[in-house]
Amino acid sequence: MTFNEILQITLFFGIGIALTPVLGRFMARVFNGERTFLHPLLLPVERLVYRLTGVDPAEEMSSVRYLWSVAVMTTVGFASLMAILMTQKWLPLNTQGLDNLSWHLAFNTAWSFTCNADWQSYSGEAVMTYLSQTLGLSVHQFISGASGLAVLVAVGRALARASVKSIGNFWVDLTRCTLYIVVPLSVLWAIPLVWQGVPQTWKAYPTASLVEPYTTQVQKVDDKGNPVTTSVQKVDDKGKPVVGADGKTVMVDQPVMVDQRVETQPLPVGPVASFESCKQLFTNGGGWYGVNSAHPYENPTPLADFLEMLAIIVVPMAQVYMFGLLIGNRRHAWTLFAVMLGLYVLSFAVAWHYEAQPNPVVDNIMPNMEGKETRFGVMNSVLWGISCTAIDNGSVNSMHDSWMPLAGMMPMWNILIGEMLFGGIGCGVYCMLFHVLITVFIAGLMIGRTPEYLGKKLGAWEATWAVIGVLVPNAACLIPTAISVVLPAGVASMNNAGPHGLSEVLYAFGEAANNNGSAFAGLNANVPWYDVTLGIAIIIGRFAPIAAALAIVGRLASKKTVEASAGTLPVHGWTFGLTLAGVIIVVAALTFFPALCLGPLLEHGLMQAGRAF
Amino acid sequence: MIKLIIQAIRQTLVWTLITGVVYPIAITALAQTAFKQQANGSLVERDGKLVGSELLAQQFQGPTYFWPRPSAATYGTGASGLNASSGSNLGPTSAQLQTNVRTNAKALRDAHKLAADAPVPADLVYASASGLDPHISPESARFQVARVAAARAVPEDQVRALVERFVEPPQWGFLGEARVNVLLLNLALDAEGAKKS
Repeated sequence: MTFNEILQITLFFGIGIALTPVLGRFMARVFNGERTFLHPLLLPVERLVYRLTGVDPAEEMSSVRYLWSVAVMTTVGFASLMAILMTQKWLPLNTQGLDNLSWHLAFNTAWSFTCNADWQSYSGEAVMTYLSQTLGLSVHQFISGASGLAVLVAVGRALARASVKSIGNFWVDLTRCTLYIVVPLSVLWAIPLVWQGVPQTWKAYPTASLVEPYTTQVQKVDDKGNPVTTSVQKVDDKGKPVVGADGKTVMVDQPVMVDQRVETQPLPVGPVASFESCKQLFTNGGGWYGVNSAHPYENPTPLADFLEMLAIIVVPMAQVYMFGLLIGNRRHAWTLFAVMLGLYVLSFAVAWHYEAQPNPVVDNIMPNMEGKETRFGVMNSVLWGISCTAIDNGSVNSMHDSWMPLAGMMPMWNILIGEMLFGGIGCGVYCMLFHVLITVFIAGLMIGRTPEYLGKKLGAWEATWAVIGVLVPNAACLIPTAISVVLPAGVASMNNAGPHGLSEVLYAFGEAANNNGSAFAGLNANVPWYDVTLGIAIIIGRFAPIAAALAIVGRLASKKTVEASAGTLPVHGWTFGLTLAGVIIVVAALTFFPALCLGPLLEHGLMQAGRAF
Repeated sequence: MIKLIIQAIRQTLVWTLITGVVYPIAITALAQTAFKQQANGSLVERDGKLVGSELLAQQFQGPTYFWPRPSAATYGTGASGLNASSGSNLGPTSAQLQTNVRTNAKALRDAHKLAADAPVPADLVYASASGLDPHISPESARFQVARVAAARAVPEDQVRALVERFVEPPQWGFLGEARVNVLLLNLALDAEGAKKS
């Protein structure tokens, strides 16, 4: 723990907190239709969008209609994106001569990007054309982020209303969010990233001649591109031929290796910066490159790293303040903010502590730089990994798969509790809302009063939907994990044996069901079983909370508001904050403790004993 | 329902135009005007020939060059049909990781004529996250000075001075870690040798 490290951490959180009221107030003004400094420039564009799409901005929607609009918009986006990905070979801007995506990879990727999860079963620079990246994936990074925030705005608006059936217009919220918030911030972030070295060009990959060409051994392939193998006698450890039960010698396939001269290196450039800024700012996280922000082109310097990390937190932090303004209760918002920040910092402290411990399996060589980049070091790798999972971002600048067991458990924990330590754009706050309602319910039961939230009496309907919002994503994580570890197709994809293999699968379904998109990336997920099941988990994880949130607030908006009395439990202050934190931890621990025991906790113990698999 | 689907299609088209066409083209125009070198990939040329990018590592294994960090992706050359960028993704209790680390450590000790239990710099035995990490730590660069100087038959002090010139401190004095760019250092090493002879 050096002075520089403490300074970076302090600045990171300090700037995020300082920007919260500024950006939060701006966002609230945008959604209320009030004038901002951007209106002289963008109001004509907003009107043009309404004209082109035939939207009447004065029209209001019921919560059911709002939900349908989000769902249909996402599904149309899915269909168009899948079409682009499966035909990219014939479309323009295919500078590298890339092939179309397989149906299962296109299915998985299209749902993943339209649902704001941005899980990737592929390496962008080797699979995606410039057109697929910018006109396909990037567009949905804008729209899916804006849709999530629109839902939160509808939730906030509905809670502030009384005795009405309507909660706003989805198309208006989507338009305002994209135009005034998503696009301007993306422009603001893209330019400094180019300055630091992120490419922004449409040219094909230049080919560099290596300074020191070399010869390497690679597996021979035949004319059709299939690897060539030869059959040889199997030998045991001592070099003796193995004889089978029938008395014959046992034969095994061995790859045929040939020399290959390596003289060139393709330099995978592209319009990366414009893609990168939106990916970081609106909790998308789907990288241009396979290794995401660990790639030196996607994240070239420590300053770029700091800016990209800041981009992860600013909007999710500000949305909490914006929510407070929309419901007219800033003290409640600051209490939620404090609970989120507290759990976030706590998970960072635990992960950083364990990541700085030696690993007996690799002879205690320190620091643990496997899967980390020199320019970031251990602290910035851990801070990023925790930030991108506390917040539903899912980008990475180190390989979480190679973290120490208990350090790697913390990103998993942040994901499994529902990603609401600021969380995703929109969904972070409405997932927290479920826990708030459960907390209010439990507290009300303890002292024998009718539970109230923001002046509305809560009944069985609200409690039921809050529990559905919490438990459905959890089930969508645990059930397919359990099936995968007993299916041969599931086990074959694991990159690591022992408890770490289970961690890889649990992480994958956890992130899918909570729309994160980061990974224990060793798992080879681009096979039909994982592409399809993870795609389905992503859909469930996206729409179960949205449906639950809109079901709750749709009912609450129609109720009368009652004045707070002496008997009302306040939803701000220490007592409420600590109770809420307790509820979050207990719910997640009850659900996931057995799985975590068999994965990272067991692995930690075995690692201490020096066991390797 | 039909009305809703048509509405969603119109929305998708409008936003594709704004965020998928106008936005990236505008950013490209700005980037190519203000930061042309970076926007095109921070390319490095020697004698008019493109030899790499200062941001991407390439393989060096001869004794006369400084070596980069191990790569799980053949330094993005596409050899053996591997991904263009990748970490090893081996977990902390992986036997394969144990083998890799011990093999790398032994190779380093042999090449630098060190005892079998001599300490080696961590970043030279652990594979990077991207497989393209252009940097090594200053300690790793200093560790290799004696070998490079001997192989090039130049005084150690001369190589050491060059390494110290290439040590980048944390950005702005406090961001990230100190580091040495291997490709740029090796090119400077060649240039210095050419000047002398």
